[in-house]
Amino acid sequence: MSMDSDNLNLVDDLNTQEFTINMGPYHPSTHGVFRAVLTLDGEVIVKEENVLGYLHRGMDKIAETRTYSQFVPYTARLDYLASALNNMGYVQTVEKLMGIEVPERAEYLRVIIAELQRIASHYLMLGSTTNDVNAVTGFLYYMHDREKVLDLLEMVTGARLTSNYMRIGGVIDDLPEEFFPKVKEFLAYLPGRLEMMETLILGNEIFQERMKNVGVITAQMALDYGVTGPNLRAAGVRFDLRKVAPYSAYGKIDFEVPVLKNGDAFDRYQIRLMEIKQSLRIIEQAVQQLPEGPIMAKVPKLIKPPAGEVFHKMEGARGILGFHLVSDGGPKPYRLHIHGPSFVNIGIMPAIAPGMLLQDFLAAFATIDVDMGEVDR
Amino acid sequence: MDSNNNITSIWDFFQNPIIMNLLIGVVYFAAIAAFITVLVIILMWMDRRVAAFFQERLGPIKYGPQGLLQPVFDAVKMVSKGNITPRNVDKLVYNLAPMLIFMTTLLVYAALPYGKNLTVVNLNVGVLYLIAISSTATIAILMGGWGSNNKYSLIGGMRTVAMIISYEIPFAFSLLGIIMLTGSMNMTDIINAQKNVWFVFLQPLAFVVFMITAMAELNKSPFDLPEAESELVAGFITEYAGMKFGLVYLAEYANMFSMAAIAVTLFFGGWQGPLLPSWLWFLIKTLLMVFFIMWIRWTLPRIRIDKMMKLNWKVLIPLSILNIFLTGIGIKLYQYFTGMGGV
Repeated sequence: MSMDSDNLNLVDDLNTQEFTINMGPYHPSTHGVFRAVLTLDGEVIVKEENVLGYLHRGMDKIAETRTYSQFVPYTARLDYLASALNNMGYVQTVEKLMGIEVPERAEYLRVIIAELQRIASHYLMLGSTTNDVNAVTGFLYYMHDREKVLDLLEMVTGARLTSNYMRIGGVIDDLPEEFFPKVKEFLAYLPGRLEMMETLILGNEIFQERMKNVGVITAQMALDYGVTGPNLRAAGVRFDLRKVAPYSAYGKIDFEVPVLKNGDAFDRYQIRLMEIKQSLRIIEQAVQQLPEGPIMAKVPKLIKPPAGEVFHKMEGARGILGFHLVSDGGPKPYRLHIHGPSFVNIGIMPAIAPGMLLQDFLAAFATIDVDMGEVDR
Repeated sequence: MDSNNNITSIWDFFQNPIIMNLLIGVVYFAAIAAFITVLVIILMWMDRRVAAFFQERLGPIKYGPQGLLQPVFDAVKMVSKGNITPRNVDKLVYNLAPMLIFMTTLLVYAALPYGKNLTVVNLNVGVLYLIAISSTATIAILMGGWGSNNKYSLIGGMRTVAMIISYEIPFAFSLLGIIMLTGSMNMTDIINAQKNVWFVFLQPLAFVVFMITAMAELNKSPFDLPEAESELVAGFITEYAGMKFGLVYLAEYANMFSMAAIAVTLFFGGWQGPLLPSWLWFLIKTLLMVFFIMWIRWTLPRIRIDKMMKLNWKVLIPLSILNIFLTGIGIKLYQYFTGMGGV
């Protein structure tokens, strides 16, 4: 019989075949509606393609049909996990265009709220990343602490997610009396919890195996692709707009910019923990130094900036958040362009994905920390 | 006269050994199925409360005392859901898989020693039977993964096969030390041999290897790769709904208990214990073991598939072989010093 030739044919038939898999837009780990078209060889990724736009609302265009103040709540829906930071970036852009001097107390209040928001945002990233490597308990620990941040935000702004606290020319409301003891309590509570999370998560052998040398973004790559924020600092570049070009009250506050050097998923995770500690320092100082005075500048009811254009950028929770605003002198913006850090950061995925395992892809994607609201706008 | 005759003939009918065995089989089956159903309700409640305990939450507390009725509500919901078979699946394979998964679970329960003289089937090759049966579930999982006609399911199924090749060898090897010590594969013999000292103290290395591979066998974190919900949506059960999903879910919890029962039987003296009745000791020990499994499950992240392979082939297999070697030396030394044959 032709047993041998049969076997030979069998070997020929056993060639593996690449196959394409759609990860998202509805997938537990794509954090919203991101869709990655993965070409897999077994479990190894050969090619990755980003498909964006499932959450597109036309934010830039909406801005043209709203007055300047009406657009403030819309910005909160960009990066909905760091809404106060988006509000801040936008109102500062308008203030820059109109040349409004914001009262000092308002600047400090903005810093306090912005840093609380940054902590909340980083906490969500830490939690969801932990969940993506299936340490579900770690995720809930983070959520437990994030709740305390949200309580503080709610106390001041009345909202937990989209706070809408910033106004063109200042902030809407002063801090309530009961905020001060609560924030003191919070500042004393969090460092211990952070330490616990460091031992529980960062110290875990399996977690290290999952995260170290995964999805490495070198400093050069990060600069080439325009990656900013914690991802850039995890790659070893000491660049933070709060320090490099201080805006608001950041110039008067003493804090450090943490930097790590490997740029892998583990460092990107760790740098968020380090930044939370710095944010705590900033809040502590801002509450202490908080000056007396008004919380709103004298701003006309109907905002009509002079004709001209302005670009303003600030350090968002995920990187450089920029607004390019063009005014024709009317009550509505002529054109608004939003530079969202998530959109830029997500662009590096096709470059780092090939060669990864499916499980690594999730760790890498989760630690880059994109917010689809900001990517699709 | 007629009726009397009739009764006798019915009596004779039941006296027939084939019919007798069949009936006993049915009773056994019903008993095991009922036991598993009640058990799973308790285990589901326990899993949620334990998870909540580790996660700083309360867990289910609303329905029934301490939320004990929550799983009943869930079961009712599960049963009342539609029995969907997606259009493009391989219907036979797809529908058969959950039943087979549950079947293997039932078969394992047949050989567990629940107490003194309380075993459904007292097999003389009990350990071998348990090892063999508990790994056949893999075929059913692969069937589910393949038959679902879904890429995520397929990856989940393939991961199962990759895992069984890796962990089944150290799993079986880790139990060889015990078989060498007792000279028997019978579960009752193994329990009787632990009258003075539990095997966990004589075979600590084997216990570590056994526990790690048991977690893999159970598909529980850190080895829950076949149903990794953050990567593969739900792995091989992605396409299952209603009671088909319910069967897989049921089997999962039932397996957790049976694996804990095996661990207790082989390493912690089975149903032996002072004062309390033997079946109660068995339950207490096994539920403590289940708690331990849940503890591991809710603490550790998921391991990466290639690291899992490395762990099994490069660490666990050499360790389990080393354990066999050490056990052999130990037995020989014992015989030399006491002048006895066997322990």
